[in-house]
Amino acid sequence: MKSVIAEDLVKTYRNGAVRALDHLSLDVEEGTVLSVLGPNGAGKTTSVRILATLLRPDSGRAMVGGIDVIKHPEKVREVIGLSGQYAAVDEILTGWDNLVMFGQLYHLGKKASVARAEELLERFSLTESAKRPIKTYSGGMRRRLDLAASLIVKPKVLFLDEPTTGLDPRGRQEMWSVIEELVKGGVTLLLTTQYLEEADQLADEIAVIDHGKVIARGTSDALKKQVGGERLEIVVESHNIAKTMEVVANISGNKATLDEGLRLVSAPVSTGATALIETLRSLDDAGIHPLDVSLKRPSLDDVFLSLTGHAAEEKKEEDAEVGGRRKKAKK
Amino acid sequence: MRAVTDTLIITQRQLRLLTRVPEVLIFSTIQPVMFVLLFRYVFGGSIDTGQPGGYVQLLMPGIFVQTVAFTLAGTASGLAEDMKKGLIDRFRSLPISQSALVIGRTLGDSLLNIVVLAVMGIAGYIVGWRPSSGLLNVAIGFLFLLFFGYALSWVGIFVGLSATDARVVQNVSFLVTFPLTFLSNAFAPTTGMPRALQYFAEWNPVSTMVAACRELFGLENKFGATAGSFPSENPLLTSFIYMIIIMAIFIPISVRKYKRAAD
Repeated sequence: MKSVIAEDLVKTYRNGAVRALDHLSLDVEEGTVLSVLGPNGAGKTTSVRILATLLRPDSGRAMVGGIDVIKHPEKVREVIGLSGQYAAVDEILTGWDNLVMFGQLYHLGKKASVARAEELLERFSLTESAKRPIKTYSGGMRRRLDLAASLIVKPKVLFLDEPTTGLDPRGRQEMWSVIEELVKGGVTLLLTTQYLEEADQLADEIAVIDHGKVIARGTSDALKKQVGGERLEIVVESHNIAKTMEVVANISGNKATLDEGLRLVSAPVSTGATALIETLRSLDDAGIHPLDVSLKRPSLDDVFLSLTGHAAEEKKEEDAEVGGRRKKAKK
Repeated sequence: MRAVTDTLIITQRQLRLLTRVPEVLIFSTIQPVMFVLLFRYVFGGSIDTGQPGGYVQLLMPGIFVQTVAFTLAGTASGLAEDMKKGLIDRFRSLPISQSALVIGRTLGDSLLNIVVLAVMGIAGYIVGWRPSSGLLNVAIGFLFLLFFGYALSWVGIFVGLSATDARVVQNVSFLVTFPLTFLSNAFAPTTGMPRALQYFAEWNPVSTMVAACRELFGLENKFGATAGSFPSENPLLTSFIYMIIIMAIFIPISVRKYKRAAD
């Protein structure tokens, strides 16, 4: 059974000038995890907001837990949990205050709310900071509390909108293990992310979205197969680039590609380490000493790049600049 | 029934916020008390009111009304803050009455007004304010003030939902409330104003409120009444009508706007 169904969702802003969702369709099988993967502005948050009853689509249909989102939002709210991009908890109140308040809003009654709050605080390792205002929490702690707030009444379907955006690596790891724990408990989860690694780690299935529609979907492995096998990457000095490209193309039997900014020559190879050794030998014969050599398994990054023609995440300013220059050079 | 409990939980949250950040309560009280002292001692000596008890008797209703008028800014910026932090999304995704959040906030802000008015009343008493109309009328006067603040907090809800930056909301609200409270009979007689402003001041809800409170606190409403116009003859009734109009307009449009806040 499908726990989440979205069909042909369209959402435009500013009288149609901005098309956030462009006939987006997706579904999530009960008890599985679907990761909606896409760059900023692809429509991830808009989709989640529609499914979580916060936003009405211009057209299309959406069902969550078998209930029509547009016709019966109040019933959908009883079966979902939502944890957003920004920790949506009251900063001034303590973690304990927040969870008890949300428990009461779920009509658990004061006593049950307190019990549930304490249970969740314990489970998310927040008991020690329970009586401190949220504003003193670290980013990771806030997200965990926010997640706890969305789990007060065990939801059938959980929406997590970029649960680890802005967290440091440790916070992200902690969040991941919490989410993995939840998934084991059998919740149906729709998770959006711009981190390919995250989708890879947590999801049963991945839907790649860009410009408001799903451009590919499948398991992580299936998507990786779309880009082919391993990739040989070699960084050389500028004056050796031409020769290196020739060598790499010869050995791999494929056209080599060049990232000028990074002076990185790369090509898909089917023979793995053998190709690497051959290439190094040929380069050595030609008197070229590579600055860096690696053999890469395809990442979801590559999947995204090959599907959309642009990278999924802007990692650093530097990288973005290189990307920008590359784009300009193309034009 | 559910809607009522939901609302009360939200109101409780408002009050808990006050206990967690006592500064809010302290500063929302200090400011009006400071106004009482400044006006009482700076202008009090030079304005002749022609009534027993001196300027402070006329001043206190003015400052009460001004203070509750600023509820608008408080409600608006508090709500805008919640919107910005995404807290509203969380509330809206819960199976609760959708208007509980806004109603709860207006009630919470009114409760804050009770505390603020009480402190101001005490401060006024210390510097010589002596309402002469008996306990019942004074109580009605305060209820009237609370009701006015409540009506205005619905305007605040609308303002808070319309903009998303709390600081802008704060500034805009002040920009509206400041002239409104000064272009009135709250602090000085309107008779000294240019003719056009006099008309404005006469019909200004702040003036009718101030005049109504003065009446309820046992003063003759000579201060600022230019002519036998309807609002100055019937300040209680006019104020009441204003409040009903404000709520009749702003409650439905605010609730509607809240439900569609994200679209």
